[in-house]
Formats: sequence, C-alpha cells, structure tokens
Amino acid sequence: MSEIVLEQVTKRFGPVKAVDSVSFRAEQGKFVVLLGPSGCGKSTLLRLIAGLEDVSEGRILIDGADVTRLSPEKRRVSMVFQSYALFPHLSTAENIVFGLKVRRTPEEERRKRLEHVAEVVGLAAYLDRKPQELSGGQRQRVALARAIIAENRICLMDEPLSNLDAQLRHGMRVEIRGLQQRLGMTVVYVTHDQVEAMSMADRVVLVREGRIEQEGSPEELYAKPATMFAARFIGTPGMNLVALADGPGGAVVRGSADTLFARGGNGLTLGVRPEHVGLVEAGGIRGTVTSSEYHGADTILTVKVGEETFLVRAPGQLAHPPGSAVRLGWKPGMAHLFDTASGRRVPDGVL
Amino acid sequence: MKNVYGWLLLTPAAILLVGFTHYPAVATLIDSFFTTGTVVRPSKFAGLANYASLADDPIFWQVLRNNLYFAAATIPTSIAIAMLMAIWVNDRLPARALVRMSYFTPTILPMVAVANLWLFFYTPQIGLLDKVGAMFGAASHNWLGDPSTVMACMAVMTVWKEAGFFMIFYLAALQSLPPELEEAAKVEGASRWYYFRRVTFPLLMPTTLFVLVNATINSFKLVDHLFILTKGGPDNASNLLLYYIYQVAFSFFDTAYASTLTVVLLALLAGMAIIQFQLIEKRVHYR
Ligand SMILES: Nc1ncnc2c1ncn2[C@@H]1O[C@H](COP(=O)(O)OP(=O)(O)OP(=O)(O)O)[C@@H](O)[C@H]1O
Ligand SMILES: [Mg+2]
Repeated sequence: MSEIVLEQVTKRFGPVKAVDSVSFRAEQGKFVVLLGPSGCGKSTLLRLIAGLEDVSEGRILIDGADVTRLSPEKRRVSMVFQSYALFPHLSTAENIVFGLKVRRTPEEERRKRLEHVAEVVGLAAYLDRKPQELSGGQRQRVALARAIIAENRICLMDEPLSNLDAQLRHGMRVEIRGLQQRLGMTVVYVTHDQVEAMSMADRVVLVREGRIEQEGSPEELYAKPATMFAARFIGTPGMNLVALADGPGGAVVRGSADTLFARGGNGLTLGVRPEHVGLVEAGGIRGTVTSSEYHGADTILTVKVGEETFLVRAPGQLAHPPGSAVRLGWKPGMAHLFDTASGRRVPDGVL
Repeated sequence: MKNVYGWLLLTPAAILLVGFTHYPAVATLIDSFFTTGTVVRPSKFAGLANYASLADDPIFWQVLRNNLYFAAATIPTSIAIAMLMAIWVNDRLPARALVRMSYFTPTILPMVAVANLWLFFYTPQIGLLDKVGAMFGAASHNWLGDPSTVMACMAVMTVWKEAGFFMIFYLAALQSLPPELEEAAKVEGASRWYYFRRVTFPLLMPTTLFVLVNATINSFKLVDHLFILTKGGPDNASNLLLYYIYQVAFSFFDTAYASTLTVVLLALLAGMAIIQFQLIEKRVHYR
C-alpha cells in the first residue's frame, strides 16, 4: 500500500491562497501528474505532501494514516527537486547514499544497493565524479537515484526535466516512466509541460490558481475538457475557442453567416482542436487564410472566420497562400461547447 | 614601444606601490643587517648581529609567546562564534535585521573606542565586571593589572570585536547555499546537526579559509587596544609583537632592531599564510 489522499487541503501564504481546498487521490503504483501554468500552486502542493510546508487547512493521508502534522522524514517519501539539490561537495556515490547514511544503513547493504541503483539509472561509471563534473542529464539521474535508493514507495518529483534539452527530456521521460512501472512506485510528478503530462501520466490533475480545474486520465482531459481553460491548456496548439452568436438560422461563429446548428449561439463558445478541423470542398464554414506555418510533418493554417480565428493543423505541406478562401469542417463528435460566462462545458447532445 | 601606453597607465599605481610598499619592505630588510646610526656613530654593516641579539632578547620571546597565545585564543573562538551567529541569524527569526545589525555593530567601532568601552568593564571596583561580581560576593579584581588575567581579557575583547565581522562572510556564504539542499536533507531524515556536519560545514570551508587567514593576520596586526588599556604591561605580560616593534622603534629609537623584529614578523605571517593555504586547500571544496 502506498496511496496518497488529500482532503480539502488549503495553504495560505499571508493573504494569498496558494492552494485552495484541493482534494485528490493518488492510488498505489500510479503515475499522477500535477499540471498547470506557472504560479498555480503545483510546487506548493508537492511540498505539502512532502511535509516541507505546513498545511493551513485540511488533511493529508498516506496509506490511510493522517500525516498532516508529521515531519518530512516520518512520511517516508522521496523527492526529486526541480534544481536536483545535489550536494556539490559530495561525489555521485556519496550523494546517492546520503539518506542511507543518515539512517545508519550498514555499509555492506549500502554498497549493494548503490551498485544496483547505479546500474538502474546508468551511472555506474560516474560514481566518483562531483556534481559539477556531470552533464545536466547525469545530474538528474543522480537526483533520481537518490530518490529511489531509499526504496520508499512514494516518490515526488518537481519538474525534474525542466532544465534539460528537448532530446534528453524525451529520453528521460521514457526512463522515469519505465523505472516507476518496474519498481511499482506511486509517483506524484509536477510539470507545466502538457506534453510531459500526457505522455507519462496515468492520471492528470490540472491545477489553476490553487484549485483543481479537472482531474482524469490523459485521454479524458484531451477528449472531454471540462472547462475552456482545460481545453486551451491541453494540446499543441491548444483547442480553438471561438465565440458564437445568434444567426438567422441558428448559431453562427461571431461575424460569420454560416449556420452551425439550429439553436441560439449567444453566450456560448465553440471548441474544436486544430487537428480535428479539416479543409472541405463543400459545406462547412467559410473563412480566409491569413497565414500558414510549415512544421515539417504538418502545417498550421490560421484561418479567419467572421471575427474569430481558427488554427488548422493539416498533414503535409499545403499550398494555401494568405488571402485564399477555404471551407472548414469537422466530424460531429469533435466539437465542444462551453458556456462563455462560466467557462464550463455544456453537456453534450446540444450540438 | 607598442606597450608605452600600458606602461604610462600603470605608472601612477606603480609609483605608489613601489614608494610605499616595496621600497620600505626592502629597506627594512637591509636595515636589519646594519646597526642603528646616530649623529656620532653612523650606521654600519653588522651582519646577523641584530638577529643574534634578538635570539637573546627575553622580551622578544615573551612577546612572541604572548602573541601565539593571543592568536590561539582569538582565532578559533571568533571563527566558531562567527559561524554560530551566522547560522542563527540566517534563520527566519523575528527582528532578524535588528539582530544581525547588533551582531555587526562591534565591527564598525574603531578598536580604540572598543578598548575604551571594555576599560569600563574591566576597571577594578567601579567596572561592570567587578560590580556584577560584587553582587555575588566576589572580591574585587584588577583584571588588567594581573599578569595572569590580562591576556585573557584582551582575547575576550578581541573576539567580541572580530566575530561580528567574520559573521558577515559566513552569512553571505550561507545565503548562497540553495535552500533545497536543506530540504533534501530533511526529506532524507537528516537532523540539523547532521546537516551542519555533512553539508553546511564543508561547504563553508572556502569561507573558513579566508576568515582564518584574516584572523591570523589580525591577531598580529591588532594592537590599538594596547595603547588604551595596558601599554603592553604589566611587565610585558600583555605585550604583542607589533606593539613591541613600535616601542623599540619610537620609544627606544633602535630602528635597526625594530627592522629586525619587523622582518621576523613578516616572515612569520608569510610562513603561516603559506601553510594555511597548502594544508587546508587540499580539504577545501571550491565550487
Ligand atoms: N514561501 C512563499 N511565500 C509566499 N508566497 C508563496 C511562497 N511560495 C509560493 N508562493 C506563492 O504561491 C503561489 C504558488 O506557488 P508555486 O511555487 O506552488 O507555483 P508553481 O505552480 O510551482 O509554479 P512554477 O511552475 O512556476 O514552479 C504563487 O503565487 C507564489 O507566489
Ligand atoms: Mg514550481
């Protein structure tokens, strides 16, 4: 068992509520990602779980036991810091076994575990080096090794990949995920990179201004965003969100004449992902291309429809110079409706 | 000729350096091999005679012993107290700025003012020390007049003055340590003492080396208080090397012997600095 439960946890810094009555559950052996923009309270949440900050209100349970007031070392969690927090004067080996030495693990066992862990993270050749003699990716693996050698069932990670270049980041994503599955750890992982969240998580907790905006599997977040914020945050680029208006035959995109569905559109926002919008020969809604951006595998077209703009992601290279008229269409199930005022999703079936 | 502008730019600084540092140093070394000249007897080459009389001078040996005692008493204590104070004021505590400032205040006072202040503590009968002692029924004591207590009194005062200064360096070093290091240690279950021993202390080593060199130099350089408090007395019990040099040069007007003493002092300081750097550098972690 190694399950983390947060119940109505609030954290105040003076008048600021960095975390505002957050509840979620990280089940045993699951990879849970806390995702959100900068300053939304992800790190604070993680530090609350680790015990590095005091909870203002609410409870934190680990394996059913209330740990809200417990000091960090009694919670038996490991943590990988965003900046790695390696001790600069200690060698890789000393850094990794730091915690074991604190707990007076016998020399023999320490050596065995170190050997094993160094093998797992691929650092066996670097055990005598000081942190400043390692590359960013190697340092990150030292931090990781220090976290897993304790053999705690819970590991917290605060943006461990944010300092790495794109290629290394991809490699480390795969490595961390593999390691977590092999060791069966419960991981709470903080990131503001939605690609990281989508590719690694069993469960994503989307945080906004200290509150949980939406929680679910990556697929759920992608396919059924609960709010406009979630819709915009997930995906590269994020979902097109365009304001609707009342037209003669029903709802239209603001400033356009083509009817979308037979119902008033005032106060609603339509959402369609760029990759779900296609260029069609007939029907659909009419627009004008304003720019096109070639990305290699696909092209992102910016299309003006009425007063709104759509981004269209189309495979290959498209010959649509700015100014050309196009028609946009999408499959019926791919459109989402939101209430503009509250930002919340309008139940499906209206379309 | 290409470098003429460079040399021109260097000239003012070079003149000052040569005139006020290098020339006096070399002149002192040369003087130490000559006798002191007077109107009737001009100075003449004396070989190592000055050094021989130095070896036979009981006051020199006493002063050197005093100075070593002074160094041994002030250096480790002021460094340890400075480190403790820095760690204490680096924490989040109420009125932190005020505490830091009050620890630093002794540093900005001139040594002469400090000596006057402590004179008030040490004076027999009316001094603070004796007044407090009297409350507990202790007899009055002439702290500065007793050869067995005078050096300790000097050392306490010097530590009081120096520790705040060294604290600033430690504080700066502590603030450059990322706070995550302590958090990482905390998550691993390290106690504060363990963290200090395994992480803070080693990471402060470069600062400690710097402070150590400074403290050593200061323990031979700082003699201002002797002018106010004891004039080296009683019976040279609190006399220090530099003050003795001053006495020999300007009270006894024996410039040749003063030069000899100066050369010995410089050699001593240089030797100690070299040893410190070589010994400790091996164990210092530089980032
Ligand atoms: N010690 C503190 N004192 C006061 N305010 C704080 C403190 N720590 C964090 N905050 C505030 O709490 C909010 C959340 O901070 P937090 O560090 O959790 O953000 P984050 O989601 O991790 O952001 P990032 O992605 O940039 O790391 C921010 O508005 C921040 O200013
Ligand atoms: Mg953060």
